[in-house]
Amino acid sequence: MKKRVWVNLVMAILVAGLFLTASCAKKTIVSDATTIEDQEKAKLEADAKAAAEAAAKAKADQITQQKLEDEIAREKAQKAARILAAKQLFENQDIHFEYDSSDLSEIAKAGLKEKAAWLKNNVSSMITIEGHCDERGTTEYNLALGDRRANTAKNYLVNLGVSASRLNTISYGEEKPLDSAMTEAAYKINRRAHFVIN
Amino acid sequence: MVSFKMNKRYYSRAMVNKILLHIFFVFLGGHLIFLAPAYSRDYDYINVTNPFLKKTPVAVTDFKPFNGNAQEINIGKTAKAILKEALDFTGYLKIMNPVAFLSNPAESGIQLGEINFRDWTAIGADLLITGGIIETDGKITLKLRLFDTFNAKLLVGKIYTGPESQVRQMIHFFCSEISYQLTGKWGIFNSKIAFVSTVNGNKEIFSCDFDGRNIKQVTRHKSISLSPSWSSDGQWLAYVSYAKGKPDIFIKNIEEKRGSIINYKGMNISPDWMPGQQKLAAALSFSGDQEIYLLSIKGEIIKRVTNSWGIDVSPKFSPDGKKIVFTSKRAGTPQIYIKDLESKNAQRITFKGKNNTSPAWSPDGRKIVYVGIEENNIDIFVMDINSGMPVQLTMNAGDNEDPSWSPDGSMLTFTSTREAGVSRIFVMNASGSDPRRLLRLAGKQTQPDWSK
Repeated sequence: MKKRVWVNLVMAILVAGLFLTASCAKKTIVSDATTIEDQEKAKLEADAKAAAEAAAKAKADQITQQKLEDEIAREKAQKAARILAAKQLFENQDIHFEYDSSDLSEIAKAGLKEKAAWLKNNVSSMITIEGHCDERGTTEYNLALGDRRANTAKNYLVNLGVSASRLNTISYGEEKPLDSAMTEAAYKINRRAHFVIN
Repeated sequence: MVSFKMNKRYYSRAMVNKILLHIFFVFLGGHLIFLAPAYSRDYDYINVTNPFLKKTPVAVTDFKPFNGNAQEINIGKTAKAILKEALDFTGYLKIMNPVAFLSNPAESGIQLGEINFRDWTAIGADLLITGGIIETDGKITLKLRLFDTFNAKLLVGKIYTGPESQVRQMIHFFCSEISYQLTGKWGIFNSKIAFVSTVNGNKEIFSCDFDGRNIKQVTRHKSISLSPSWSSDGQWLAYVSYAKGKPDIFIKNIEEKRGSIINYKGMNISPDWMPGQQKLAAALSFSGDQEIYLLSIKGEIIKRVTNSWGIDVSPKFSPDGKKIVFTSKRAGTPQIYIKDLESKNAQRITFKGKNNTSPAWSPDGRKIVYVGIEENNIDIFVMDINSGMPVQLTMNAGDNEDPSWSPDGSMLTFTSTREAGVSRIFVMNASGSDPRRLLRLAGKQTQPDWSK
């Protein structure tokens, strides 16, 4: 019987010990869980932060990229506009002449130098120079005068180094006035060499 | 009859022309019969270019309907109206008002012997025209006579037969006979005028009869077409068109579908036919300079006519085809020059004004008509080549350009902006009198060229 008591006692101690151990272990586990949660939270926060930062950075990059692209596009557009403007100027800016004259004034020569510069920047362009007159004078004489004006402009461009093979001429005489009013102002703008890109 | 003088120099030429005309009528399918007596030419021509010319009064009587049917009466009325209009157009005849007439040949008789000439001299009619009309099976016969009332003499007697549609032409042939009898020239009645019109939007070439009737569109390029020029036989028109993109010369047969294009590099403009030849003078700029060339009808260069730096343009042949008159800027301003085709030298003929262009040689070879511009006034001048004196024909009546002589030299057609500032075609007597609008079309009409 005594032996049985001892066994029970030992058992009790063991169980208690077990309990103690168990409770001790449990305590450690609880403590560990808390750390993990914190760590996870921290990691999540860090991740979120990193993501946010990355997003922010990406966004920033994107904005920069966009800015760059915009700038490039703008420059492109500006360049295109400049080319177009130059082209339009080339086509719209007429060379003017005095009444019954095919001589080139200083202003006309300056205008032709601009034409020559454009032609050198646009070496593939072929052009037609139209000679026009005001409506005073007879139809046939004005056809001849317009022919002369177109040729004078062409010869000046050739002297500035533009290949003659790129320059076609045509006279319209008094057939295509820009302004059909019978005023000095109208006559003045009608006496012109007009440039057309073919 | 103060305006008529004795002259016999047209005898032989008149006979030759009679025969030619007879052949012409056979071609038309009509008949021509010479009425007795064989006429003799006792009258000098009316000098149609005399600026002080007094119009000769002429009485045109009703046409006698031989069968008296309604068709004869109606066609007779039409024929008489055509006759009066044509004679009035000449500018040297005054058509008298029939209210003054004392007798009626349509009833009393239209032949010599049936006419009481005192009835006509009494009312001041120097000339009398009677007409008769016979209609048989749709064919019309016209019997037409011109009398000198003071000498009680038949000057012209003609019978024409043809379908009703040819009445206008028959009357105009008779008018040509009258003209030849009175002026020594066949006149304008079978001539045509080519011109440029924008009536359909683009500048196209048109033609009409001498009196502005019978308008026909010649070109349909839908481009810019300019400067029509008749060949001397009236069978060809040369003109300038941008139809192929630049100013080229187009040559077109009026009756048949054939022709050619002269399209050298640069401009090909201002064509004019050499009289009696299938050759043209024109201004070309393929050399870089605007020079005048003599060309074949196919456009081959026969020779270069002018050789001076600067504009040479608008050649017009002398009636004998040996010379040209043209515009040149060789002396700094556009002036008129004459050049023998065979010689090197050109003779300047205009010295007044800074801008003289667009010359044309008169059919008698004595005068040059041209356009002078002074202080923005564009007017027509005529110069006797021998005297060198310019006479201004238009004044204070818009811009006046493009003068062209009638085939007999009695009239000029030209472009004027005198009505509403719009370019329209006018005619006037060679002296500048009686300017009147030729035709009514919408748009602008320019550059008339009267056939030879």
